[in-house]
Amino acid sequence: MADTYLELINNPLPARIAKSLGLPRPAVLRRHTPGEALADHPLLVVGSGPGADALAAELLAWDLEIRRHALPGETLSAAIVVLDDVSAPMDLAAPMLELGQAVRLLAAGGRVIGLFRAPGESTGPAQAAARQGIDGAIRSVARELRRGATANGIILQRSARVDEPNVLGALRFLLSGKSAYVDGQFLPVGPAPIASAAGSRGDGDPGRPLAGRTALVTGAARGIGAEIAAVLHRDGAHVVVVDVPAAGEQLARVANRVGGTALQLDITTPDAGARLLAHVAARYGALDILVHNAGITRDKLLANMDAARWDSVVNVNITSQLRINEAVLASEVFAPDGRIVSLASTSGIAGNRGQSNYAASKAGVIGMVRATSVEFEGTARTINAVAPGFIETEMTAKIPPLTRQVARRLSSLQQGGLPVDVAETVAFLASGSAAGINGQVVRVCGQNLVGA
Amino acid sequence: MPEQASPTSAPVRQAVVIGGNRIPFARSGGAYAYSSNQDMLIAALDGLVARFGLQGERIGEVAAGAVLKHSRDFNLTREAVLGSALSPATPAYDVQQACATGLETVVGLANKIKLGQIDSGIAGGVDSASDAPIAVSEGLRRVLLDFSRARTTQQKIRTLAGLRPKDLAPNAPTTGEPRTGLSMGEHQALTTAAWEISREAQDELAFRSHSNLAAAYERGFFSDLVTPYRGVTKDANLRADTSLEKLATLKPVFGKALPTPATMTAGNSTPLTDGASVVLLGSEDYARAHNLPMLANVVDAEAAAVDFVNGKEGLLMAPVYALPRLLQRNSLTLADFDFFEIHEAFAGTVLSSLAAWENDDFCRNQLGLEGALGTIDRAKLNVNGSSLAAGHPFAATGGRIVASLAKALSEKGSGRGLISVCAAGGQGVVAILEAR
Repeated sequence: MADTYLELINNPLPARIAKSLGLPRPAVLRRHTPGEALADHPLLVVGSGPGADALAAELLAWDLEIRRHALPGETLSAAIVVLDDVSAPMDLAAPMLELGQAVRLLAAGGRVIGLFRAPGESTGPAQAAARQGIDGAIRSVARELRRGATANGIILQRSARVDEPNVLGALRFLLSGKSAYVDGQFLPVGPAPIASAAGSRGDGDPGRPLAGRTALVTGAARGIGAEIAAVLHRDGAHVVVVDVPAAGEQLARVANRVGGTALQLDITTPDAGARLLAHVAARYGALDILVHNAGITRDKLLANMDAARWDSVVNVNITSQLRINEAVLASEVFAPDGRIVSLASTSGIAGNRGQSNYAASKAGVIGMVRATSVEFEGTARTINAVAPGFIETEMTAKIPPLTRQVARRLSSLQQGGLPVDVAETVAFLASGSAAGINGQVVRVCGQNLVGA
Repeated sequence: MPEQASPTSAPVRQAVVIGGNRIPFARSGGAYAYSSNQDMLIAALDGLVARFGLQGERIGEVAAGAVLKHSRDFNLTREAVLGSALSPATPAYDVQQACATGLETVVGLANKIKLGQIDSGIAGGVDSASDAPIAVSEGLRRVLLDFSRARTTQQKIRTLAGLRPKDLAPNAPTTGEPRTGLSMGEHQALTTAAWEISREAQDELAFRSHSNLAAAYERGFFSDLVTPYRGVTKDANLRADTSLEKLATLKPVFGKALPTPATMTAGNSTPLTDGASVVLLGSEDYARAHNLPMLANVVDAEAAAVDFVNGKEGLLMAPVYALPRLLQRNSLTLADFDFFEIHEAFAGTVLSSLAAWENDDFCRNQLGLEGALGTIDRAKLNVNGSSLAAGHPFAATGGRIVASLAKALSEKGSGRGLISVCAAGGQGVVAILEAR
């Protein structure tokens, strides 16, 4: 569904009118194109500790122009503020104020990225206050940025170093156009898994980080699922697309577009896990990436809810995932460094009127992901959730026009996301460079006012 | 690596059914009323490509056909390949053997695979009774051709003057036999009456066809055999809720001029249908190299034809003659089969065939056997439904049967299946598949 307001407002005359009337001026977001440069302008690394130095040194190896202090009047692609060494709230002042000046120089589609350690792992209340303070400050910066720029954070967990591959992988994703609609979010990144030597694969060719891997995407006949299949294919994966037999015509089209195989399967059937594993084992040998995308809505106020609506939503959106995961985890077909990415929703985080059943199922996904991630600790496997906000799909196109216009402008980016924005985050979490991210929920919501 | 094609003197190798795909069959004038044969064949091919990941793959050869063909469809199969997700370097040819077209494409390609001429093949068929070709009358056609050859204005005027009003009526295709003028249903009515097949027996067979097909859908049997098309997800002719009582209320439509009571109704005869089906065949090495399943072997096939023009045999009885020859060549009896797929052109066709094989005199005098060929266990007959329920898009029926039977054999894990398809012109083809 085209956002005609966004298209209109990015022309000179309407832009002037909107500015004078104080209307929202959503920008055309900088999205990933294959082979694109990570940055067109210099990157600024703010921070005075050894972490900032180490990161700046590492980024030089990426063939980027790195500044430790911005030159007057220049344009910056990103400002990365490294705050891994704060011990009290007063330590925030200098780097944050320097960041404030840098924000003035930020290019359209620019990035602000804060790196700091997990508040929960602090030595005391003062350090915890400082670290948690960064969270609030970055979220506020995200709300202040305009012209498609975003602000996000990377939370260093346990002993993760600023310059280790897992952190750099997350940083690369946040700097790139792949994170266009990820805004005001924090990615907790742990150190390289102990099992990295045993079974964990890196990304190899950066243009095809999933080369040679086999991914299975449920609900892939259309919308976000079809886009996930396309992005995983672009990144080099063999893709198995799954949807209910009734959606077979569209599913075949998706399979033929991504050079994959179509498996017509109702994921709520008791043996769905065994059947998809059998398909993957016979055709591809191993399952490296499992994307639980299939989902349905049957909205009703709880007072008017019936058992059929409640049961079908919970059955498709979470019970089937639990059952399939049980089969997958018990199977040798699932790779030692396998990835599971499950689609949650901002409704499952903040709730949504008329969606008690949907929110129960999507919050359930988050609970399942967290519990399963504990099982994966100490292995090279990860499981994470992606929670889309307002995404332009056939589903959101059914929202009444005025409500839809308002919903679009309710995020910091003042527009709905595209299916590809969700797909890029899924593909990142499926890649080797996301090895340090486990049990997390990444929102792709443009820092929506609700559910943030 | 697929093996090199080897000269014909090499020992024959196995040809295996890897899988199949079809679009749901729809009644003529229904959901596919505006789909051409090429559209439907492309849809069937693309569903197969998606199921087996054959995008951009060069297949050894694709053979398919249609019974009702437009003149523009002279290269139907090749055009469908070009419109599909297969490699454009995939060669193709058309086959036409009336309703046996689909089965004959399987037999032909399987033989090429066995001989080592090709490693993979896609067999199939398509028919649209909705988008049927309508031709100008023979009179108008002659006038138009003469007109185009006329040199002078005078000649042209003379040619056009030869045109008569009746020449302007177009010719629509019929299921009438060119040499007898009788429709297929009227021909079958003669046979049905000759074998004294009762109305109840025919309705019972139709009922079983519907309930078996419905049950097969219910248990997901078709989830890897059918890909929806134009919003149709199941065969549109299927009446899961039909009953013997409902079938008994239908009025007879064929055989009404015969001295015996008419027994053939719209319920126990196949309707005009639109649809397409394809089957992926390969050598064992091809299937292994591509990590593809092997459902069943294509063992052998036999065609037969009968003299129906002079009334010596029923139009659709040729398979009755083909079967004993096929069994003898393979040293098999009816007891050696676990599944029988006898195409239900009409319930009367199936029942007349069964009656003939059970009849001592007929088998001795007509088939040259020592006695009755034997009885077919009804529990093994058309277990997942057949044409009375699914519908019968002429050339697409063979592919439907081969893929379904191969899957049934694969599920069972052992045994043999027999296919029998009758065809216009007094022809028929029978074939054997065996489980791997």
